[in-house]
Amino acid sequence: MDLNYGAEYEDFRKEVQAFCKEYQGVSFKSESNENTMSDALSGSSANKKSKKEVTRSEWQQILIEKGYIARAIPKEYGGYGGETDIIKSRIIATEFSKAKVPGGMGGQGIDMLVPTLLEWGSEEQKQKYIRPTLHGEMIWCQGYSEPNAGSDLASLQTKGELIDGNWVINGQKIWTSTAQYSQMMFCLVRTEPQAPKHSGISFILIPMDTPGIEIRPLVDMTLKAGFNEVFFDDVTVPEENIVAKRGEGWSVANSVLGHERGSLADPNATMNRLNTLISMMKEQTIDGRRLIDIPSYRDRLMQVQGKVMASQAHSLRLLSSKINPGQNVKLGGMIQKLVGTELRHELEGLAIDVLGEIGTLYEDSPYLKEDGSFQFTYMYFLGLIIGGGTNQIQKNIISERGLGMPKEPKVTEAS
Amino acid sequence: MFFGLSEEQEQFQDYVKKFLADNVTVDEIRKIANGEDAALAKEIYSGLINLGINALLVPEEYGGLGADLLSAVAVAQGLGSGVGPIPFAGAYVMAPIAINFAGSDEQKAKYLPQIVSNETKFGVGLSEYVAAREDAGIDLSGGKANGKALFVIDGDEADYFLLANKGGVLFLVDAKDKGIEITKLTSVDKTRSYLELNLKNVTAEILPGSESDPKVAKKVLDAGRIIFAADSLGASESMIEKAVSYAKERKQFNRVIGSFQAVKHMCAEMASDLEPCYAMLWQAAHSFDYEPDEARLQACQAKSHISEVAKMVSKKATEVHGGMGFTDLLGLHYWFKRIGLNRQLLGGPELIREEAAEIQGFNQ
Ligand SMILES: Cc1cc2nc3c(=O)[nH]c(=O)nc-3n(C[C@H](O)[C@H](O)[C@H](O)COP(=O)(O)OP(=O)(O)OC[C@H]3O[C@@H](n4cnc5c(N)ncnc54)[C@H](O)[C@@H]3O)c2cc1C
Repeated sequence: MDLNYGAEYEDFRKEVQAFCKEYQGVSFKSESNENTMSDALSGSSANKKSKKEVTRSEWQQILIEKGYIARAIPKEYGGYGGETDIIKSRIIATEFSKAKVPGGMGGQGIDMLVPTLLEWGSEEQKQKYIRPTLHGEMIWCQGYSEPNAGSDLASLQTKGELIDGNWVINGQKIWTSTAQYSQMMFCLVRTEPQAPKHSGISFILIPMDTPGIEIRPLVDMTLKAGFNEVFFDDVTVPEENIVAKRGEGWSVANSVLGHERGSLADPNATMNRLNTLISMMKEQTIDGRRLIDIPSYRDRLMQVQGKVMASQAHSLRLLSSKINPGQNVKLGGMIQKLVGTELRHELEGLAIDVLGEIGTLYEDSPYLKEDGSFQFTYMYFLGLIIGGGTNQIQKNIISERGLGMPKEPKVTEAS
Repeated sequence: MFFGLSEEQEQFQDYVKKFLADNVTVDEIRKIANGEDAALAKEIYSGLINLGINALLVPEEYGGLGADLLSAVAVAQGLGSGVGPIPFAGAYVMAPIAINFAGSDEQKAKYLPQIVSNETKFGVGLSEYVAAREDAGIDLSGGKANGKALFVIDGDEADYFLLANKGGVLFLVDAKDKGIEITKLTSVDKTRSYLELNLKNVTAEILPGSESDPKVAKKVLDAGRIIFAADSLGASESMIEKAVSYAKERKQFNRVIGSFQAVKHMCAEMASDLEPCYAMLWQAAHSFDYEPDEARLQACQAKSHISEVAKMVSKKATEVHGGMGFTDLLGLHYWFKRIGLNRQLLGGPELIREEAAEIQGFNQ
């Protein structure tokens, strides 16, 4: 164990603190509401009343230039071009969170596609897609699930045929988050119908303005259209839009799912929300008594804080294992999505409970706290407990792949 | 001995359930929640009034059915199970109970028959009596009420509001009084009304029995809490039914998802936690009328315990449905949100458990 930061890092901390001071209260020019999801995930909501207004992509640019995000992504692809540095990442996260300065954008492009292209993409694909994605100019959606292929994703049926140097795609996706705001989709398509189900799938990049794509927004329980149905009718994209080889889509997708599962439950976001909850409990009262002074509420808060602290420390251990290849935390990585989404749901539910009737308020009601984000996020994280591989599926993965327990016997096609 | 709803009570509940099942589809709930179909909302409301749910708790001498709280519980379960978008706990349970137990003879003779004919409707606001947020609260002096009441229920078309001061003195104010300013609040559950009242020198008609006996306001509270518990129980029952039937149909990995132990166990856990709640609830309602020494503790624990179980059910039943459970299309969220609102009304679980401890002298 060596958590000693050393002088070099203290200088870095001062630099980050100065940056945070400069940008304290920064707010975003309102664009489309595609950011609701990324706000919920990052646990941040920029201060609405501030004079320092930037667009999301300007903010993204500023953070990349400083190396506060996209740190280890090569310069030639639009990143900062530095080395992964666990301590610096930690300092950045802590200082941003303390100063309530919003972090970088999340979303499926930045969190999932970029790491995937770095691992699997051709040189041209890296050149073409990573920079605009990092800079928030190219929004991506993930076209995996279908009506009959949810947990059993590998049974997906959307079909791709290579005709005259183009992929011609037909079929339907569902639950596609942010499709209506996206420029691009990374999509799983069955291109090898004769092959066994896991080896017949390819990973294809599809511009959303291609003729033949129809997007139908689906309203979710938060009453926002968080996801969509996407229909493909002879949608034609060039052959080079495939990532990796034909039939390798399942392996590519699995590496993306790993990234997704990490990013859905960012411990720093959870820490931000915990801090918001604590300040709220110091301000709000029942019969003139501060919520934080009520023992039953405070005990629940302390329980949640314990879980948040564990998950923060755990995320450091995971980061450490990335730069110290000998450290094995395979099991520790597998639990992230399950534990993180449940914790966030619990935390938001606690905020609602301590606020009582005020906690039930929604939309534009008077007396709303934090723009109604407690209710929104409480529901949204129930969605994430289901999305990205349900938490029951996560438990199957943890027990089978993590603990080496036997798989359930497979039921064959016939039944 | 017989422990359970009587045949009559079951029948009444079935009428309510059947009425809602026949007349209130998810699409219709959605329209009502979005305020898109006032006519439909009225139709549903009057359909349920025709069943007599308003007259249940009014004594026979005032033209009511003179039923006990258990009968109202049977109805509330039915309303919860079908997301009945109508007033009930406040208008037809707490108001008649308050008037009947604390009203003068003249007040009873005036108001109770009007509840039976539904000519006079009552909104109810006891939130500040339970736990005042945002420094709300009403000051009562010289027959005038001043202050703010938040989270008033059943008040959309109310002619009167039943309110209380911090000391538990219950009083009525006329909704048309010029000193009342009414603001709509929006909760996650948009099928039910939620109001803020600001009162300036409003004439207050005190229910005298609540002045002489502070236990009366508690009794009204107990009744409301039991009814919200019943409503959440009904909603939970419905969510479990939906989850089980979906699990029997939806296929993944070439088998129905209900054949996965993970899914079976979620359903079994929901059922096992909910099953004892029926008896708990009926016991609480029975105590309310027949075992006054037990009643307060029973009411508090029924509300807080059933709120916890219902919260768990609302989450797991949604999970069983996968992505579909999260959609507006399926509308499962109306049950989820109903349970969410009931949980906080008249005190969330922590506050009520604190009261339960107090009742037993555990906090001396
Ligand atoms: C908010 C949200 C956002 C999403 N965003 C996207 C997106 O951007 N792109 C995309 O492609 N998809 C997205 N999804 C889809 C998501 O990945 C699927 O909903 C999820 O994988 C579950 O599939 P399903 O909905 O078909 O449920 P089902 O697979 O039908 O599951 C129903 C129930 O059965 C259980 N179950 C199924 N199989 C098993 C098993 N083997 N063992 C135990 N239990 C089992 C599940 O756990 C669940 O409780 C999103 C979903 C949500 C809710």
